[in-house]
Amino acid sequence: MRTSFRTIALVFGREFRAYFATPLAAVFLLVFLALSAGLAFFAGGFFERGQADLGPFFAWHPWLFLILMPAIGMRLWAEERRSGVIELLMTLPVRVHEVVIGKFLAAWAFTAVALVLTMGFWLVTLYLGSPDNGIVAASYLGSFLMAGAFLAIAACISAMTKNQVIAFILSAIVSFLLVMSGTDLVLAALRGWAPAGVVDLVQSLSFITNFDRLTRGVLEAPAVILFLSTIVLALWINVQVVDAKKAA
Amino acid sequence: MQLVEATGLVKTFSRLRAVDGVSLSVSRGEVVGFLGPNGAGKSTTMKMLTGFLEPDAGTASIAGHDVFADPIAARRRLGYLPEGAPAYGDMTVADFLAFIGRMRGLSGTLLNDRLAEMVERVNLTGVWNRQIDALSKGFKRRVGIAQALIHDPEVLILDEPTDGLDPNQKHDMRELIASIAPGKAIVISTHILEEVEAICSRVVIIAEGRVVADATPAALLDAAIVDGIRPTLETVFRAITGSKAA
Repeated sequence: MRTSFRTIALVFGREFRAYFATPLAAVFLLVFLALSAGLAFFAGGFFERGQADLGPFFAWHPWLFLILMPAIGMRLWAEERRSGVIELLMTLPVRVHEVVIGKFLAAWAFTAVALVLTMGFWLVTLYLGSPDNGIVAASYLGSFLMAGAFLAIAACISAMTKNQVIAFILSAIVSFLLVMSGTDLVLAALRGWAPAGVVDLVQSLSFITNFDRLTRGVLEAPAVILFLSTIVLALWINVQVVDAKKAA
Repeated sequence: MQLVEATGLVKTFSRLRAVDGVSLSVSRGEVVGFLGPNGAGKSTTMKMLTGFLEPDAGTASIAGHDVFADPIAARRRLGYLPEGAPAYGDMTVADFLAFIGRMRGLSGTLLNDRLAEMVERVNLTGVWNRQIDALSKGFKRRVGIAQALIHDPEVLILDEPTDGLDPNQKHDMRELIASIAPGKAIVISTHILEEVEAICSRVVIIAEGRVVADATPAALLDAAIVDGIRPTLETVFRAITGSKAA
């Protein structure tokens, strides 16, 4: 598959700047920081635990992301359809996958900015005690990979509609299912009747289970592979959707 | 070689046959006025010419490159103004045109020269650093023309380039199109018939997805002379397309 990295870089640059062209970026970053801090302190017992680690902070990420990543990804394609720019974009000498990758990377980089801004927590725990920096680093990597998977799903769903609200809701639902598939609630319901293999499969696809593994500091290949392959699969579907459904 | 060549284009949406066997060829130096009632299939045909929509049957090529078999090469030689002149509203005119120019492979001095020429030719001086969302309809349309011209393409496909412009702006747009026409093949869809007489060397009228007339404006009018009276283009248009729609 021939690919122009110049095109990817140009699309990336435009989309990344677009986040900061409106107050959306500032609002999102504030909400993310406030929620991730608030949840860690008040619901996670960040101080009460008396441990210098970031466990309570990362534990909430799957739940935060399942709302916030669809919010970042919903405009990527739906807005192009609504405004008609997709017609302009797809009659430029570019290949669909170059645009899909450029847009996704811009959204992912924006998430990276949000995660970097939370590193104040890390500094606080370093000041208060001696956290296991390997675990913190692995957790940040896990969080970034998981965010990418959520975003790729949101981008893909965004390509199916010209309505950002629909894109947001559908992405949040799909993300919710992926998070929930690892909870006892779902697994217990399955154990009653499904074969053990199916239960294991559902559990192995769970974002929460895989993310938990990474936050325990073990850089486990299956978890990394799950998130990366989710990204690749979602973006591949994204390309097919844009290709097949250019009009309307 | 014809710069635009389409044969037997067919496009059906669910059960509606929007375009039903349209063929069209345009050579260098021609400005073709693409006319037809609303819903006749003008925009759909143009979308297939640009390769944006895939036809159910038929082929289209730009400067000898099939728009589906060899899309990148075809699109390089094409400038396209889609209906409604869409653009990234959150960008300034300068940033947007630079982005499109770069996406079309321009860079460095060449890009700067082309941008400077666009400011001049399309008359964008006053709005160069304004956000596109804040522009009037007339200026948005001009930005749309500028992005289609930025790489100096051989083929221009313009979907209603003067829609929403005031009479002065329409006049400017016609002058602009006339000035770039000699080296290019241009297809313009419009509802404004006086425009066609002013700038088009050929008229193609479609109704219900089919080509119903393809001639020079003069020939079209001559053919409709009744009792020695030469009708207006509007009368001819209504006679040709009205009966079909009824």
